[in-house]
Amino acid sequence: MQNKAGRELPTHIYGLKTYRPYEGLFIDPPAPVLMAGRTLRVGRPGSNKVLASLVEAVEATGLRDGMTISFHHHFRDGDYVNKLVMTAIASKGIKDIRIATSSLNDCHDFLIDYIEDGTVTALETSGLRGKLGAYLTQNPGKLKRPVIIRSHGGRARAIEAGEVKIDVAFMGVPTCDRFGNATGRIGKSACGALGYAMLDSRFAEQVVLVTDNLIDGYVFPYSIPQTDVNYIVPVETIGDPEGIASGILKITKNPIQLLLAEAAAKVIEYSGYFKNGYSIQLGGGGSALAAGRYIREKMIKQQIKGSFGVGGVTGVFAKMLEEGLFEICYDTQTFDTAPIQSLRENPRHVEMSCSFYANPWSPGPIINNLDVAILGATEVDLDFNVNVITNSNGQLMGASGGHSDIAASCKLAIIVMPLIRGRFPMVLDRVQNIVTPGESIDVVVTDRGIAVNPRRQDLIDNLRKSGLKLMTIEELQALAHRLIGKPKALALSEDDKDITAIIEYRDGTLLDVIRKPF
Amino acid sequence: MNTDAKSRLRRTMMFVPGNSPKMINNADLYGADTIMFDVEDSIFVSQKDAARLMVKYALKAIPFNCETAVRINHVTQTPFGIDDLKAILPSKPDLIRLPKTESVDEVRLVTKMIEEVEQREGFPAGSINIICAIESVRGLYEVRAIAKEPRVVAIALGGEDFIADLRTQRTQRGIEFYHARSEILLAARDAGIQAIDTVYAEVANLEGFRQEVTDIKDMGFDGKSVVHPTQISIVHEIYTPTEKQIAHAVKVLACYKDAVANNKGVLAVDGKMIDGPIVVRAERIVAQARAAGILAEEGYEDAK
Repeated sequence: MQNKAGRELPTHIYGLKTYRPYEGLFIDPPAPVLMAGRTLRVGRPGSNKVLASLVEAVEATGLRDGMTISFHHHFRDGDYVNKLVMTAIASKGIKDIRIATSSLNDCHDFLIDYIEDGTVTALETSGLRGKLGAYLTQNPGKLKRPVIIRSHGGRARAIEAGEVKIDVAFMGVPTCDRFGNATGRIGKSACGALGYAMLDSRFAEQVVLVTDNLIDGYVFPYSIPQTDVNYIVPVETIGDPEGIASGILKITKNPIQLLLAEAAAKVIEYSGYFKNGYSIQLGGGGSALAAGRYIREKMIKQQIKGSFGVGGVTGVFAKMLEEGLFEICYDTQTFDTAPIQSLRENPRHVEMSCSFYANPWSPGPIINNLDVAILGATEVDLDFNVNVITNSNGQLMGASGGHSDIAASCKLAIIVMPLIRGRFPMVLDRVQNIVTPGESIDVVVTDRGIAVNPRRQDLIDNLRKSGLKLMTIEELQALAHRLIGKPKALALSEDDKDITAIIEYRDGTLLDVIRKPF
Repeated sequence: MNTDAKSRLRRTMMFVPGNSPKMINNADLYGADTIMFDVEDSIFVSQKDAARLMVKYALKAIPFNCETAVRINHVTQTPFGIDDLKAILPSKPDLIRLPKTESVDEVRLVTKMIEEVEQREGFPAGSINIICAIESVRGLYEVRAIAKEPRVVAIALGGEDFIADLRTQRTQRGIEFYHARSEILLAARDAGIQAIDTVYAEVANLEGFRQEVTDIKDMGFDGKSVVHPTQISIVHEIYTPTEKQIAHAVKVLACYKDAVANNKGVLAVDGKMIDGPIVVRAERIVAQARAAGILAEEGYEDAK
């Protein structure tokens, strides 16, 4: 079958349900969907939720072969919880576990061992990186079915719609009380917002909190309420603070990233959206962070005040909130230490769940109100389709994140990337894999020129006054080819057994499949 | 033959190490007026041939969108300079920068090689020109003669070597360069060519850099050598005329054009008499404003 993004896809994929093909940005569910529920459980006065070990928690939840567990990625590359839990599960000899996590980082390479010994047989995630990404790219069939890649909003949708049924959510929390009220704002492993954990705790059949700061008394404000929590396990440490929050993120000194940032800021300035009350998503990438600085200067100079900022939050945005340049900051995950403090102290810095953030099957996630966003890409193509999950060698090394959610929802989706990486042009005839459909992308900013999606003639007109080098996407590609030539297309296995992952669009339709490269 | 080369805008000349493919590829993205590929001091002896060849092929293969220059090794004091020229001249850089220039003989030797290559390759005469760096007291004593060599379009101060020769060190107020800067500037002006100031190596100190650029611009320098892209916009900002200056220059040029077209004699703008130097200055201001993107091509006619 061919979907609306022009991808030829198999009708049946081993181990998976039959998917509807992607049909466009906003399509209603085929039939009414009820919000998922869970078994009600009675907690009696005086009962104790605190257990001595994760093994005890595995026993108490009744976790067994074939079940689904979940984790969040708020500890980013410093996460210890996933490994602590998997070690406990493996020690009990439990097999055939499906991990439905909000994302994975380099620190999760150890999962290869648990895939090899059959403890883990299915993975659902936003991102895959490091050795695990390489291993899964090269070894389709090691899991019972391809990895399912979902966006943050798409995962929230799938959980709320009951498509992903989590049996036990193992949620690392930087601080909690003995009843299960938990927060990420304080504690030695403070990570800030717990937007992904909030959703899993709300919908999982059972919830186990794992913490290295169990306090007497009560946690307030809490992100996870005690009414959602079944068990609590104190451990020595839940993560490496270095990997959890990157100190204070510094503005990049890389001249190319600065160049891209300046151009992106200029696109916003001349887009027509840069006026009082506008809203923005910046993200934590090098160029987005630097763009924040340029945007801040422009807002001060032109006396513009925005309404809200959203997303993964960095110190750059926390500062703009503090200065009154924006009214509200909606935070689903917090990248560095300055915004963690802001979340703690500034009442206008609001924590939100990933469903509030981006779930397309809701009457209104906050990104539906979003004006402009700066997003990255590993590559784009002539139809403006964007890949953020595989690299030029076809290897899984990125994350879907909120990319497709934001692009579909906001009024101005800006992709920022260098035109050339190494000796590869980054504008392809067809991207290796589509994570975000081109119809939701408005502008591609590169270091050698800027291309506006031709369906946005209004933007083309506005940006003519910016002094930026406007080109068609074809001209951008030709420029790259002139400099470094056109590389041979990557050869991929066409055998359906060699599908390593599938990319589910945010509405649950099938956008693309990821095939093993030769 | 090379009148244009003597007057083109050179607010910034950015050094780019000649052995870094990544930096060479991206060299023209930051808006420098001139990119200067270095095969001299930033290249270790064992890397000289690699850098030379890389610059040679880069100049042939990449359509850089600004002026290109190559800083070669010294032609008589090192064994590399002549080989640099043999390899690089056929790739037709706009400028060759001679380091540590100390005599007109060096300039004439290079001029001769350039002329031979221009003829052999069929390049128009005057395609490749020379910028001489003065980096020693001896060179400074010869600068007046050096500046008058016909292929030389600019004199640059090579500050680091110069202060070593003086046995002093860099200061923020720049007293160590007072004489050299003045002498170079005067020699350049006497010869009708440009003067380019030395690099400011403390890349992180943007305020100190800003002050130094303001000083050398006020002295009369045409531009500054830079070592990092972040320095470029600061130089260009300082070299961008104010709105008032631009408006006045536009008016002067419009009146002058009108006077020439209608055979008017003496003319005045805002009550002040306009003569040759004022027109030349107005032209320079308009050129700088255009380069800064605040005046469209032919803008001064529209503004009349």
